[in-house]
Amino acid sequence: MRAALVVGKYVALLAFVCFFLMPVYVMVITALKDPAQVSVARMWDLPDTVSLDGFRAVWPKLQNGFVNSVLLAVPVSVVSALLGAANGFVLSKWRFPGADFVFPLILFGMFIPYQSVLIPMVQLMSTVGLQGGLDGLILVHIIYGLPITTLIFRSYFTGISDELIDAAKVDGAGMLRTFLYVALPIAPPAFAVAMIWQFTSAWNDFLFGVMLTSTDYWPITVALNNIAGGQQVPFHQVMASALLACVPTLLVYVLLGRFFMRGLMAGALKG
Amino acid sequence: MRRIRRWAPGLLLVAPSLLVLGIFVYGFMGWTLRLSLTSSRRRDINWDYVGAENYRELADETTLTGQRFAIDVKNIVIFTLAFVVGSLVVGFFLALLLDRGVVGESFFRGVYIFPMAISFIAIAIVWRWLLNNGTGDQLTGLNKLFSLAGLDFLQSDWFKSDSGFAIAAVALPAGWALSGYVMALFLAGMRGVPEDLREAARVDGAREHQVFWHVVRPMLLPVTMSALVILVHISLKTFDLIYAMDLKSLKIDTPALFMWFTTFEGGFFGSGAAIATLLLFGVSLVIIPYIWYSVRAERRS
Repeated sequence: MRAALVVGKYVALLAFVCFFLMPVYVMVITALKDPAQVSVARMWDLPDTVSLDGFRAVWPKLQNGFVNSVLLAVPVSVVSALLGAANGFVLSKWRFPGADFVFPLILFGMFIPYQSVLIPMVQLMSTVGLQGGLDGLILVHIIYGLPITTLIFRSYFTGISDELIDAAKVDGAGMLRTFLYVALPIAPPAFAVAMIWQFTSAWNDFLFGVMLTSTDYWPITVALNNIAGGQQVPFHQVMASALLACVPTLLVYVLLGRFFMRGLMAGALKG
Repeated sequence: MRRIRRWAPGLLLVAPSLLVLGIFVYGFMGWTLRLSLTSSRRRDINWDYVGAENYRELADETTLTGQRFAIDVKNIVIFTLAFVVGSLVVGFFLALLLDRGVVGESFFRGVYIFPMAISFIAIAIVWRWLLNNGTGDQLTGLNKLFSLAGLDFLQSDWFKSDSGFAIAAVALPAGWALSGYVMALFLAGMRGVPEDLREAARVDGAREHQVFWHVVRPMLLPVTMSALVILVHISLKTFDLIYAMDLKSLKIDTPALFMWFTTFEGGFFGSGAAIATLLLFGVSLVIIPYIWYSVRAERRS
């Protein structure tokens, strides 16, 4: 009876593994087929021979978007993490009157449907000449990333004992010195969490990208959607582009999954 | 005076962030709300005041706008129910399977959560193929798989169905993407229950499933609420996934997409702003109590 239960448990776990990997299986085997083998009827069959034709055919179309997304996601993750660190430090260790009132207002920004700010955002960006290129998109991602990065650092610094900060104060260090020389050196884990979160959301964002950039500056998601939306594009090319578009974030997930998870948990507030 | 000098530098450091968030979140929300009370259309913004005219049109099913909005509201309710319930059940079940420890736990967790790292665009591109409704020679995706397995009765038209429940099929990729996250939340909740509480129940003669039911389950309420709120708000905001699955299909249209189309394709700024405002209202309804509760819980501890 107990043995049957254990077997059943592993069967269920493996069944779910199949379910979660099913789309990946389809993506990978289709991307590796040569054009002659791609057919709807045989979509679940393994390729007879492995071909990189799909990747080769699609990379020139995707390359620009890929580079744009790197140029977007890297500065976004660095800058929003730095600003989040400053905010998180002040809101936990160098509080001002009203800090408890301001924090929930900041938090709310991370849950809003972006439709509710989209029209004025696009208007403002085109008025100040930031629409079309990457600059405006970077700026917008940094701003709407502030709530989550602030939350991540605030939680992190709250967990640090006050004694460390007080010791610095006794030594006569001001706010900025304490932040730079006491708080920042102990914050690398929070930086990892915040930067990974921001990198992933900037890389995966579609709405801001499609609103704020012109063709040459499309981020990878917009480029991908454009390729996949074409009527004449063969399936192996579509799947190859989708795979390529996922590589950076999947790499981050595999290599730094622990920090990725902490970001997810932080996003659930007190979950 | 000395006290001000103590906290003022901190305020100064966060002031730029507060200022831009004030503008980009609250200023823009106010701007959108005000715009929804104007007659702005044809890509023009004029700041006249027509009261709730745009909202009345959305509610009026004799107009085209109203008809589409009624479909959208029905769709988003169906989608939210299917997606939220499905993800909660699957996520909870997965956490339950992993809770007492299994060999290879980190592998299983890794597989269940990885969709969180992928864009909804890529997810939609694969799943719209898996959920295709071709027949005969064009039989493909899940339907093909069912046919190979002799489970033909499971075949469906999925998101291209005429039944009015087409959008429920979109809950499949959405749930695929988020069930692992829900599992992680539940797992953290289950493991947060102190072992001596479980042990005490065991000493009293409780069996393992009784321990779970009487000791662990009641302590999962906060986690369940978190997961529920997060899923509902994601559901209301879902945009990319549907956009990339079938852009112009009314069968899976939602307010988030309608807002986008009516504003940026149709140029009906007033109407788009009204939909955006309603969307914000819906999200606020679950999020504000949630933040309130979280902040209060933190203050108490």
